Formats: sequence, structure tokens, C-alpha cells
Amino acid sequence: MLNYDRILNDTITEIQPSGIRKFFDIAATMHDVISLGVGEPDFPTPWKIRNAAIKSLERGKTGYSANRGLAELRREISYYLERKYSLVYHPQDEILITVGGSEAIDAALRSIINPGDEVIIPQPSYVCYVPMVQMAGGIPVITENKAENGFKLLAEELREKMTSKTKAVILPYPSNPTGAIMERADFEEIEQVIRDTDIMLLSDEIYSELTFNGKKHVSPASVGTLHERTVVVNGFSKAFSMTGWRLGYTCGPKEIITQITKLHQYSIMCAPTTSQYAAITALRDCDEEVAAMIEEYDTRRKLMVSGFNSIGLECREPEGAFYAFPSIKSTGMTSAEFCEKLLAAEKVAVVPGTAFGDSGEGYVRASYCYSTDHIRTAIERTGKFLRTL
Amino acid sequence: MNVQILKLLAKDARMSIADLATVTGLGEQEVSAEIKEMKDEGLIRGFRTVIDWEKLDEFYVSAMVEIKVTPKPGLGFEDIAKKIAKFHEVESVYLLSGDSDLCVIVKCKTFQDVSRFVAKELAVMESVTSTKTQFVMRRYKELDVDLEVTDPDERGVVSSC
Repeated sequence: MLNYDRILNDTITEIQPSGIRKFFDIAATMHDVISLGVGEPDFPTPWKIRNAAIKSLERGKTGYSANRGLAELRREISYYLERKYSLVYHPQDEILITVGGSEAIDAALRSIINPGDEVIIPQPSYVCYVPMVQMAGGIPVITENKAENGFKLLAEELREKMTSKTKAVILPYPSNPTGAIMERADFEEIEQVIRDTDIMLLSDEIYSELTFNGKKHVSPASVGTLHERTVVVNGFSKAFSMTGWRLGYTCGPKEIITQITKLHQYSIMCAPTTSQYAAITALRDCDEEVAAMIEEYDTRRKLMVSGFNSIGLECREPEGAFYAFPSIKSTGMTSAEFCEKLLAAEKVAVVPGTAFGDSGEGYVRASYCYSTDHIRTAIERTGKFLRTL
Repeated sequence: MNVQILKLLAKDARMSIADLATVTGLGEQEVSAEIKEMKDEGLIRGFRTVIDWEKLDEFYVSAMVEIKVTPKPGLGFEDIAKKIAKFHEVESVYLLSGDSDLCVIVKCKTFQDVSRFVAKELAVMESVTSTKTQFVMRRYKELDVDLEVTDPDERGVVSSC
């Protein structure tokens, strides 16, 4: 028999499977679970968008698109980014359509990382950044966002982690799992810290449509001089409820997008053409549908935050994405313990904060991509569980 | 008047005062007072449940009856529309633009009941010149609710994305 240990790639084999895999596996086998565990919209994709995809199929638009993506879609993205976030990107050579935001993050990292380069990653954050940096040959450097700072990345914290090897900083805001957002002033301070360096910013803005309390999303690329050192990643999954369509995009200086395009063209060819036609309609005609979804998320957000606080789990108000991140420190349990026991006792599933980095200890992530009735039931049951402790 | 409360109740009439207070940021007493005021003003007219009656063996029959009317001098369509609205069998009455003047949604136990009602009560009303009765064969969407969609949640239990 072959010795696979001698065959496999060292970098890949050394990447650790997620520490909470066990919990996920248990949860997946249970029935009748009231889950707050999924970070995926419960709304189907708006019908206009689905219909646009169907029409494109009927017209026989089933071939490859240009490597960079349909010119028409890149133009729409360019208009959309300017209209929404005052971002100026030229559709010809500063925008690339990718297979979800994930491909964009991966390719962007690979286009800039040389072996041994450090990439600063704020945590708690989405699980992909650390392994993606490692797979690109880089070294992840974790900075811990703190609850008392609203889980924002402070310029001061960033400065502490910067070395001569720092190549880039990931900016995952609005944040999965904390719901934190960064505001203009926050980025202005970061600008001060990195202005005399060559450090790049990789801004994952997949939740950019989902901000609350009247606060509009701010992209670092629209702040001061940061445009030239920012690569923006965004996509259709969360804002337009299009997770399964696998469609995202990345924008940045053409010097970088040109390199990312090489990676994309040789490993992917092009993003799914049907999804691209659908996305044109999403950007052009679906403001009202998106607004209705955001309004519904906002209702759920308020009910969830108030619900957790009312049963004794301290929960700050998230201002973006669709997650609440309550503290479970008052129970004296670890996040994993809490989640396992809550699941066993009341069949309620939430995700341990530690799934998003060690600094998530003491917290759990609860998604509000669920109906208000569902959220009420989950919180009632969680309250019942707390009373048995 | 509080539009935010109206919008929330339009989506979910069962929302509690406490939840309405949480979402609007008002106190519970304020919410109650707003709702009372909107009821008193006739802005809130009722709280209903959206039911897919076709799931039951005995469901009612509805028809959309388009009516042409000779408007009365000085009263226009008001008089006849208000009279039609008083019938127990009538669910909704709308004034239309276009070919017909009124659209009346009629609800009865059986097809025969609808026919009888239209023939004996609506068609013979003074100033009604013609009626066109169209039976509802199937309901696909009712009050914003897509009655076709009953798919279970297929998203799994937990994910990190």
C-alpha cells in the first residue's frame, strides 16, 4: 500500500481541521433541532433574479464568459459600488468576477503573498482566512478583537502586530461572527498607522448590505489614501440571498487585479455564466427586495438581542451581518461545553465562539437567518436550559 | 399614527406588545396606546390569519364578479358599492378602472350558492347593467403568502459561514 504521508503536500496536511468539527458532526445527526447555527439567508433568491437566470438559459447563454466575467456585469458592479459605497473601479481592468467571495479571497492572497510573508488576521472571524494564508505560503498573525471595543480592529492593536514581514491585513467587516462594523473614523486611524508602509488591506465586505441603526457600510477603499492599497472582496451570497449561485467579485488596483486574473483564468476559467446573468438583474432591479430583507433582518436582530439579554446572556447590539454574539461567561462554561450541553438538553444549536478563533472563547454565535417564531422558541428553550444550571 | 408598527403588524399580526416595543424602541405602554389610537381612527381594521382552505376537504368557493354599473347622478359608484359591501357573501369590493366598474369577491359554501347569490342579489340591483362571474379555481398566493411553498429548511444545523 502506498504511504500517503510521503505523497501529500506538507502545507495542506498540516492545516488543522476545525476544532469544533466534533460538535458540528453531533449537531448534524440530531433531529428536531431548533437551530440558530446557519450563516445563510433563509429567503430564497428574489424571483426576478431567478427569472433572469432562467431567461438566460432559454436564450442559450450557456457558454464560458470572458475570464474576467461578463462585461455588462462588471459595468453594473462598477455603477453599484459607486452608488452605494463611493468606490470607483474601472470595469475593464479593476474588477474581476469570481466563484463566490471565497475564491476572491484565496486568489487575492495568493497574488501578493511570498513565502514567509505575514498576514494579520483579526479574530474572532470567519474560518477561511488562516488556512488560506497558510495555503498561500504565508504566516497568519492573529490579532484579537475585544468585546469592550465592540469587536473592532483598533489601529493600536494593528500596530502591535506589524513587523517588517507584514504583507497584508485582512479586514472582515461587517463581521461574521461578531456583527461588528468599522466606521470611517476607525479606518482613518488605521490609515495613519500604515501610511508609511507597503502593507496591503484585504477587505472582505460580503456583508456590506447588511448594516443597521442607520449606519451605512464604509469600505476602507473609500477612505483617504487607502484606495491604492486595498483589495475589496464582495459578492452576491448574503445581500441577494444567492449563496448557492457561487458568485463574488474582487476590485482593486489594476496591477493586482491583473495578477489575480491570471490565477482565476488558469484555475477557474470563469465564474458560472448563468449566475452572472442573474447577478446583472440583482444589481439593477432588486433594491426593493433587498430593502425588504434587511428590514426583516433588523426586526429579528432586535428580538434576538433583547431575547438573549432578557434570559441573562449579555449580548451587545451587532450593527452588521446577521449574527448575534452573546457572552456565555456568566455560566462558567466554555463555549464548546455550553453548545454541547444546550444541544443535548434543549436541542438548540448555536456555534461556539471558538470556531472563529481562540478569542471567541466565552461567546456563542447565533444567526438570525430564521423566522421570528423560530428565534423566540430557540431563546425560550435556551432560557429554560439556563434555569437548570 | 406609527407606520413602523403598521408594517410589523401587517407581516405578523400576532406580534406581542413586548416584541413591538423591542423592535420599535418604544415603551410597551406607548405601543399599546399607538395601536389603540390607530384602531380608534379606523386605520387598523382587524387581525386575520392567512389560511390555505384548500388543505381542508370542505372549503368555500370564491368568485370574482366584475360588475358594470350605471352611475347615479351625484352619487357615482358610491351608493351601489356600499350596498354591495353589506352582503354577508361579499368579501371585498373594489372600484376598477377599465371595462368593468366594480370587482366583487364573493365567498359561499358551494358553486350553486355563488350562482344564486349573483343572480338573485347582485344582477338584479338597480343600476347594475351586467355581471361577469369568474370562479376561483385555485389559490397560489394569498396576502403576500406564497401558498405553494412548503419546502422544509434544507440548510443543515450548523455552519461557520
